[in-house]
Amino acid sequence: MVRASSVEIRKVNKFYGPFHALKDIDMSIEPGKVTCLIGPSGSGKSTLLRCVNFLEEYNSGEILIDGELIGYETAGGKKMSSRRLREMRRTIGMVFQQFNLWPHMTALQNVAEGLIRVRGMARAEAETRAADALEKVGLGDRMGNHPSRLSGGQQQRVAIARAIAMEPRLMLFDEPTSALDPELVGEVLTVMKALAAEGMTMVVVTHEMGFAAHVADQVAFMEQGELVAVDAPANILHHPEDPRIQSFLRTYHERNSF
Amino acid sequence: MNDFLAHYGPFLLSGFGMTVLCWLLGTIGGMALGLAIALIQRHSIAPVRWVLRAYIEAIRGTPFLAQLFLLYYGGPMFGLRLDPVPAGLLGLSVYSSPYFAEIFRSAFGSVPVGQIEAARAIGMSEFSIVRRILLPLGLVSALPAMVNFSIVLTKETVILSIVTVPELMYQVQRMSAETFRYVEANLALALFFWGLVELISRLGRRFETRITKHLIERT
Repeated sequence: MVRASSVEIRKVNKFYGPFHALKDIDMSIEPGKVTCLIGPSGSGKSTLLRCVNFLEEYNSGEILIDGELIGYETAGGKKMSSRRLREMRRTIGMVFQQFNLWPHMTALQNVAEGLIRVRGMARAEAETRAADALEKVGLGDRMGNHPSRLSGGQQQRVAIARAIAMEPRLMLFDEPTSALDPELVGEVLTVMKALAAEGMTMVVVTHEMGFAAHVADQVAFMEQGELVAVDAPANILHHPEDPRIQSFLRTYHERNSF
Repeated sequence: MNDFLAHYGPFLLSGFGMTVLCWLLGTIGGMALGLAIALIQRHSIAPVRWVLRAYIEAIRGTPFLAQLFLLYYGGPMFGLRLDPVPAGLLGLSVYSSPYFAEIFRSAFGSVPVGQIEAARAIGMSEFSIVRRILLPLGLVSALPAMVNFSIVLTKETVILSIVTVPELMYQVQRMSAETFRYVEANLALALFFWGLVELISRLGRRFETRITKHLIERT
């Protein structure tokens, strides 16, 4: 079992100029639980996710990781030092829609880089660990390949290995399968399921309703910057009460039936 | 004709050597200065950026000839007394720096934000991000423009002759004045430059192919 973080989101607001992107978001995520964020595009799911590791700055409210405020010294106060922020980010892994591997490094180097620069490990030790992480996502035989020689699914698995090699206590996934060809989605979801089974706290922005239904402990539905509902997967996906969720799911089902 | 070559050949060759030396050192100086400007612009507060912007506009907006005159003949008024060659090198570095700064600025801008964010997300410091991600990727995408502008600079070195740097143009002018063989002298100048430019562009292309090999998506 891994050591897992809790996340507490309280009254979080975010503005882009006059645009109100996140409206008084409240959400609790218990250690070791998987939360899926769903909703139409532009609803603020990714923005909320990016606020959790402060890649995106929220304007008011609090986000606490294991009870510790991220981004600001005190709620509504001045920003925390970049050194402190870096320390907090070490324990938060993130996986992006576009993989964002570094193209000038091999798979192994991509995974080892953080261990060397951030954890201060010697190269040999870092590479041993990186190799283990790649093994774990099923890419033990592709370690010497540059990203340009890997399929999208393989690239995303390297990106997951890069995050888990840092031994995070919380993993953030920003539409991890949305840029993949349909036949490559499965291999990435399999790796994510295995992580969830290990007891990692995970927050996943996704359009994979099957994953949300089978793996998530709770599903949050967002629309127009509002958190419409957070509940058990079945209550959101199978018996939604809110008309906005019903209409979203109707569209989803129509698009996926033929 | 043979006497002519025997007499002036060594001067032309030494002039060419000086041209290559000035070009090489001036270009390296300009690249270093330009890189520093681009990095500082990226990581500093607004007033510093404004000053650098003004520097870029001022240097880009004025002829190299005027800059070199001001540096060499005007410098002593401010206590900056330089010999011709150092003045030429400094002049060439300063003159080329804003162009290189702009090349680097746009190259850094072409590094996908996501790759920088990925580094931030695992807790890398800004310094590590610049050194490990931004510079290697930025320099690769800057390479074609860097080679191109370096080629432009080879020909700017002829201006150093006005402050008596004994480079190729200086020797060609001396030869022309002494023999009135303007055509031959300038033909020699043209051939020397063409050869140099051809060499630089070939080396540049070969280098580019080598360092971008693994970046190209195999389809």
